[in-house]
Amino acid sequence: MSDPGKIIEIEVLRYNPENDEAPHSTVYKVPFTDDMSVLQGVQYIKDNFDGSLTFRWSCRMAICGSCGMMINGVPKLSCETFLRDYYPNRISLEALAHFPIEKDLVVDWSGFMEKLESVHPYIIPKEKRSPEEGEYLQTPEQFGEYIRYAACINCTLCYSACPQFGLDPDFIGPGALAILHRYNMDSRDGGATRRMELVASEEGVFTCSAAAYCSEVCPKHVDPANAVNINKINASKDYFLRFLRPKGES
Amino acid sequence: MSKRRPYIRPMDGWWKKNPFFIEYVIHESTAFFVLAYALTLLVGLVRLGQGETAWSAWLASLKTPLAIVFHVCLLAGAVYHAFSWFKLMPVTLPPVRIGGRKLRADEIVTGGFVAAVAGAAFIYLLVWGLA
Repeated sequence: MSDPGKIIEIEVLRYNPENDEAPHSTVYKVPFTDDMSVLQGVQYIKDNFDGSLTFRWSCRMAICGSCGMMINGVPKLSCETFLRDYYPNRISLEALAHFPIEKDLVVDWSGFMEKLESVHPYIIPKEKRSPEEGEYLQTPEQFGEYIRYAACINCTLCYSACPQFGLDPDFIGPGALAILHRYNMDSRDGGATRRMELVASEEGVFTCSAAAYCSEVCPKHVDPANAVNINKINASKDYFLRFLRPKGES
Repeated sequence: MSKRRPYIRPMDGWWKKNPFFIEYVIHESTAFFVLAYALTLLVGLVRLGQGETAWSAWLASLKTPLAIVFHVCLLAGAVYHAFSWFKLMPVTLPPVRIGGRKLRADEIVTGGFVAAVAGAAFIYLLVWGLA
């Protein structure tokens, strides 16, 4: 049975670009029930204590990828993290690490959006086919090659788990590289060569130092660290095999 | 005029903020133990090139208590380094298929350990046989 009398302390890192030089912490005492998520706790603060508290959310069911935040220093989706698991200790909330804070718990995702666009996150058909020729067929095995990486919801928790992204914001990063890998692994796709320049670039896979925390925090078990590391092998093969390939026009 | 003023948080001390990163920095740092052992062997090679007296002196220096403690520390560091990389193998390797079935993460890790122990035992027996 839930106890409606319980109160948990939620410490939120607040930042208002119009007034604050730097972020500062504010603690709120939030009454909660056992079925309340951290997101609901934050909504309670907004509704009852301070309407200016800013945060992103949408689906409340871990599929839209909007409500990620640092919860006690760990990147998590706040909608699937429960207050009861932290009570009676204080819970600290901060905007997703390694991204610039726009306001309170909202970060600037424009860099991530540009990276996502740069990986050509769509199928580039291997061969052009007309509708009369029918659909592209795929076996369950071929489907199994990429489906894991297709589960990404662009929540960017992996970026907040990646020290290399924190140290070098130009790094394409785990999420976008996992999505890149998802399309490269698709039997209908022929865009791997086009994507290779980015994979092997300064901002590409070799910036990764295999801390692999991205795969730990991924709420959809995409395993971005695996996608990045497989592409280190792919980029190395691409580089070295060029010396073995016959030269000239085929 | 835009009121935007995105705040970029400093990265100072990032590795101390999460137990996962503390372990990460420790296991990366154990590479220095491997480096130290490689340098020790390299010194041995140089001493071998300098003649029998130098070589014997180097061998004798390895038998001092300090050298033994040093080697035990290096062994512990190197074993932890290897252990941490075997643990990471499911993440760093492409999918491994045996008989059409994809190996699970724990099978890859166990396979790595078994291969390492078997390889070490093989080299040990080989050297023992020669000596």
